[in-house]
Amino acid sequence: MLDVAWLSALLGGALIGASASLLWFASGRVAGISGILAGLIAPTAAESGARWELFFVLGLLGGGVLLRVLAPETLGDAPWSTLQLVVAGFLVGAGTRLGSGCTSGHGVCGISRGSRRSIVATLVFMATAMLTVFVLKHVLGWGR
Amino acid sequence: MLSRLLALTAGLAFALGLGIAGMTRPANVIAFLDVTGSWDPALAFVMMGAVGVHALALLLGRRRTRPLLEPRFETPSKAGIDARLIAGAAIFGVGWGASGFCPGPALVALMSFSPSVLAFVPAMVVGTATVQRVSSRVRAQI
Repeated sequence: MLDVAWLSALLGGALIGASASLLWFASGRVAGISGILAGLIAPTAAESGARWELFFVLGLLGGGVLLRVLAPETLGDAPWSTLQLVVAGFLVGAGTRLGSGCTSGHGVCGISRGSRRSIVATLVFMATAMLTVFVLKHVLGWGR
Repeated sequence: MLSRLLALTAGLAFALGLGIAGMTRPANVIAFLDVTGSWDPALAFVMMGAVGVHALALLLGRRRTRPLLEPRFETPSKAGIDARLIAGAAIFGVGWGASGFCPGPALVALMSFSPSVLAFVPAMVVGTATVQRVSSRVRAQI
């Protein structure tokens, strides 16, 4: 299974890229999940009726249901303490809003556009994520 | 209507892509980020695949002046590489490394109702809402 991990990663990534392209050329919107979520939490523009972001998120949730039914092994658990998950969740929510993007917004959409902002942001969050794993796993010995 | 249906489809495809790619398994993500330990580079191919397809699509469609269903394309931020960007990215990275979840996979995994995702997602929403509120207050005072 591990031998083809890179292949399924590549194909999954291609599907992500395709969905971002669909959203862009059909609707002119960036498939940046943190931004889409932010648009639902605090809408900036007045829009009547259900916003498109809601439908995108419903699609995400629906996809989750499909995965759960068809390929439950693709959904993994994060067996960390509740405190760690709550703090991590807050940091992800806050950081992505402050930095205006996440792995999809900056990493996929921004980099594909050649945005220097996104390239820098991606390098920064990759670095701090790797550093965090290093500290938690190898310095503090968690998750062993 | 069509626009919303399209958004739904895009979200669905995105979720399936994340699942196939292995991004919805925090253990995979941590293994990718564990560069000094048992490093699993598989997830590097996710970004390669995604950027490969999307960058090509953008290149092929670069002459389009407007999207199909909407009057205009979303305009990207005009801000430069500022402190907000760096700080935000840094903070996001810490949260991502500490959980293995980033926003997309977390929402996709929400339907598994696992305790971990039920703890993560509300906290993520609060984090975003907090920054939004503080930002608008700061802007109101300037």
